[in-house]
Parts: sequence; structure tokens; C-alpha cells
Amino acid sequence: MMFHQSILNTDATGIAIEWDRLAPVLIVLGAAVVAVLVEAFVPRKARRPVQIILSILAVVASGLMTLMMALAPSDYISNTVAGVAVNLDPAALYIQLAVATSALLGLLVIADRTVQGEDAFTPQAASVPGSEYEDQARRAGLVQTDVYPLVLFATGGMMLFPVAGDLLTMFVALEVLSLPLYLLSGMARHRRLLSQEASLKYFLLGAFASAFFLFGSAWVFGATGSLNLYVIAGSMTELGMDPILLVGVILICVGLFFKVGAVPFHSWTPDVYQGAPTPITGFMAACTKIAAFGALLRVLYSVVPSLKVDLKPALWTVAILTMVLGTVVGVVQQDVKRMLAYSAIAHAGFILSGLVTFTTDGLTGSLFYLFTYGVATVGGFGVIALIREVDGEGHMRGEATALDQWRGLGRRSPVLAGAFSCFLLTFAGIPLTSGFVGKFAVFSAAFGDGAWALGLTGLACSAVAAFFYFRVIVVMFFSGEPAQPARGGLGIGVRTNGLTQVAITVALALTLVLGVVPGWFLDFTQSLSYFIMP
Amino acid sequence: MTVTAYLILASVLFTIGATTVLVRRNAIVMFMGVELMLNAANLAFLAFSRMYGTLDGQLAAFFVMVVAAAEVVVGLAIIVSLFRTRRTVSVDDESLMRH
Repeated sequence: MMFHQSILNTDATGIAIEWDRLAPVLIVLGAAVVAVLVEAFVPRKARRPVQIILSILAVVASGLMTLMMALAPSDYISNTVAGVAVNLDPAALYIQLAVATSALLGLLVIADRTVQGEDAFTPQAASVPGSEYEDQARRAGLVQTDVYPLVLFATGGMMLFPVAGDLLTMFVALEVLSLPLYLLSGMARHRRLLSQEASLKYFLLGAFASAFFLFGSAWVFGATGSLNLYVIAGSMTELGMDPILLVGVILICVGLFFKVGAVPFHSWTPDVYQGAPTPITGFMAACTKIAAFGALLRVLYSVVPSLKVDLKPALWTVAILTMVLGTVVGVVQQDVKRMLAYSAIAHAGFILSGLVTFTTDGLTGSLFYLFTYGVATVGGFGVIALIREVDGEGHMRGEATALDQWRGLGRRSPVLAGAFSCFLLTFAGIPLTSGFVGKFAVFSAAFGDGAWALGLTGLACSAVAAFFYFRVIVVMFFSGEPAQPARGGLGIGVRTNGLTQVAITVALALTLVLGVVPGWFLDFTQSLSYFIMP
Repeated sequence: MTVTAYLILASVLFTIGATTVLVRRNAIVMFMGVELMLNAANLAFLAFSRMYGTLDGQLAAFFVMVVAAAEVVVGLAIIVSLFRTRRTVSVDDESLMRH
């Protein structure tokens, strides 16, 4: 049968590997392997600078390769890279570019440390919190540098996830991006119990979701006889509503919905966002969301378009529930990181409402939204990473994340508070920020497709969400000192080596530029808003 | 035996695994539930592979085994570090985060 083309290309003497097209993924994964060797062989003192330079260079090189391909997509798009394991679609290229951009900004925040030389990670992740061993490690000045190879492996997985050409590659990429993140979530320097709890929850629920993805892949393989996405798409037009196929597709979507944090598979998001070290939260919130939406887009647009009429009601329900739940529960949060976690859920709903229209406009809107949301998220969590508690003797402690501790921040650290306000305004979708352009593009696509329920829910949720973003701005700028001193002391901006400030500045610049003059970037996005059809 | 029998077995194993994750409160046992789900998927892959007479499903099963091994390494590391801190692996004990 023509459709039953195998992954194993047994008659060929070898599979041609298009190194240039795979370079963005391979550079990052190669650098990750080198970084592991650096951990083993480079002397302790030199390790940190070497790791930082290596990882930043790798992500920059990978991002530039992707940008080069995205500027001349017709020369590079191909659905037969590395056999048939990788499909380099224009939309996937755009996702790769967005992942590389956010990962670079995220890395800057991760690599930063205070002028006292304290980064966000525990010196010895294996030590028991509060033990003598931990104390010794801290006093010996040990530095956690395992973070960099882990971040590179995760980034490599994220770059591969949206371009995977078969379900097996997709599953492996999913695990390559997830496993390092489970570990990274548990490495916070302060509040280690919370961090370990986040790590365990993320791991158990993440592994549970990947099992669903895998079982779904098995059923799809059973129904179509192949794991290749195009072959599956071809069989789908033949088979139509085959129950085995439908069950498989739904299980795959469950796995992907978990990764993007859509209701009802969102329950890990608040705990993990709150517990993980803040720079990791920023990296994960931006890059995982982009990469997972990339994979979801690929499944929805190039595999199941023949089932879209049947799937639309379910997808609409998920999008509406996600928007409503994220917004409503976000309103009552008293912790800044937790509030941004619920905001992340709501944003997943906004992005979904664009892409479930299955139109080019919806795809363009969702892609643009993903890019701008990722950049602003890294910037926002970068600010949170800098706002620390100060105890009575003036020692810096962990991050001040309770909303009470942010009272009057506009007077203590006006620049940081101002930057954070801009990020909140873009999350709220206020005109002249990139968030407004993204929301406008997504909702106009929904209305254009006749999805009034989606568009109206989206608008209502945006209005409610704006309330809790503005509340933070009011707390920062217009509220006096609290009557009772906040638990843990008030937050204040900490002095660091300046890498986070660079990341925040770039994120802020992108947010404002794409908000004021979005036209050229929307055109660029639109030029990449399609998938190659077999 | 026909392929159907294997598929029913795979589904039963998957359901048992998923129920274990949802019902049990011991992190290690929940993790075993996840492993059972992965192996159920493997069984389904192999049964379908046999049905089609291609090697794709067997190939997938090998990849899944490698990934599952990597997952055990990461998962047990997380569970052990949590146990050393709290002396328990129950996921119900004192959740520190408020909803």
C-alpha cells in the first residue's frame, strides 16, 4: 500500500541528512552535550563563565540560523528532512524563532546573579534543606552550573517539538524538553521545600500526560499503520470518523493540552510556576508554551483538518473554559507568581481561540500572540526575580512574591515597577502594546470565522483580567505602606550583574515596538502562516 | 489469539495505571502507575505492528523503553530528594501551596 511508508527506509543505502535545515536543533543539543563535558573537565572556578558563554552562543547561533531560514522560507521548507522524521514548515520555523528568542532572554535571567554572587539556584540540589551539608556547600561558595546543560537540553527539545514529522519524534522531543524542566523546577536557592514540591507535582502530572500522548499515538498507529504525520493525514481523509483513530487523536490532544496548560489539564500550572526558581518559571512559561502550541498547531492543521468539523465543538469548549477559569481564579490570587500562572492559563485560552478557527487569519494571530506573549513573560518574571525580601539587618532573602510585599514598590524601585507595569499592560491588552495587537488579531479572526461565542467570551475575559493586572499597578504605585508590616518584609529591587536588566530592556523594547508599529512584523508572521500539505 | 485480545489487555493495563495515578497517594506507587501506562502503550504498539507486519511499532517500543528509563532516573531523583527532606512520599502531606 502506498500509504504504509515505513520510518525504516530499508532499501535505501542511507538517509540523507540535511544538516543546514537541522542546524538550529543540532547546535543547541550539541552544545548541551559539550556543556555536560564542561561540567566534568573544566576546573570549578572557570565553569560558570564557560557554561554561560557556551549556552548563550549556542542559542544565538541557533536563533540566527532559524532567522536566516525564516527570511527565505521557500529555500528551506521541506517535509523530508532526515528521512521523514522532521517537517520544516514555515509556521514551525516561526515557532522555532520564537522559542530561540525567548530562550535567549530566559538564559540571561538565569545566568544573572546579585552583586553578592548569589544566583537563583541551590548550590547542591542533592542536599537536604536546612542541613549542615547544605550550609557547608553554601559557605564553600559552590555554584550550581548543571543548570546550563539542562536548559540547553530543554531548549533543544523545544526546537524539535514543533518540527517533528512523526509521532515518535514528537514523543521523544516532548520528553527531551520535559525531563530537564522537572529537575530545574526543584533547584531553587530559597524556599526549597516549595521548589521540591513543585518539581514532584510537575513530574508526576507531566509523566501522566505523556503517557496519554503515547497511548494516543499507539491507537493512531493502529488505525493508520504509520506514525508519519502526512501518512496519517492521508489515511484520515479515507477513514473519516474511525473510532480508533478518533480516540487516538483525542488522547494525543490531551497530552498536548497538558503542556500548553489548557483547562481541564491546567492544575499543575499554578503550583509549578509558584514553586520553581523564578528565572526557570520565566523560561518555562514562555518557551514551553510556544513549543507546545507549535506541536498542537501541527497536529491540528496538518494532521486532522479532515476531522475539524467534528473536533471544533470540543476545541471551542476547551478554549472557552480555559479563558474563563484562568481569569476568574486569577482575580483572587495574592501571590504575584501565582497570579501570572493563572494569567498564563487565560492566555492559553486566548491563543486557542485564534487557532481553533482553522483559518489563516487565526493562525497568524495565534503565532504573533505566542511570540509577543513569550517575550513579555520572560521580561515579567525577570522583574519578579529581582524583587527580593530584605530582613531587619538588611540581608537579602528570597523573592518577595506576596502582593502585600509589593506595596509602594513604585517609590522604592521605580524603574522595575515601571517595567513590570508595561508587561502587565501588554498582558491586559492595552493599545500601544504588543498584547493589544495580538488580542485584536486573534479575536477578529474568531469573529471573522463566525465564532461569536469564542470572541465574546474572549473580550469579556480580557476585561475581567485587566482588573487584576491593574490591581497590581495600583498596589505598586498608589497604595501606602501597609498597616501591619507584610510577612517577610517589603520587597525591593536587588542589585545584580545586569544581565536581567538587559533581558528586561530587550523584552520591553520588543513589546512596545511591536505594539506601536506592528505592521511589518504581522506581515512577516503572515508570510510564514501556513503548513506544507503533502 | 487475535490482535483484539492484546488490545483489550493493553487498554485494561492503561486504565489500571491511570486509576493508580489518580487514586493512590504514594508518589512511588503513582510513578509505577505511569510506568504501567507506558508499557500498555508498548503492548498496543507491538500488537498493531504485528497486525500490519511492519517494524514501525517495534521501533517505537524500543524508543519508549529508553525514554521510560530516563524518566525513572529523573523521577526517582526527585522523589528521593523529597523523601530525605520530609521523611514521607505521600503527596497529600502538607501541601505548602495555597489555592
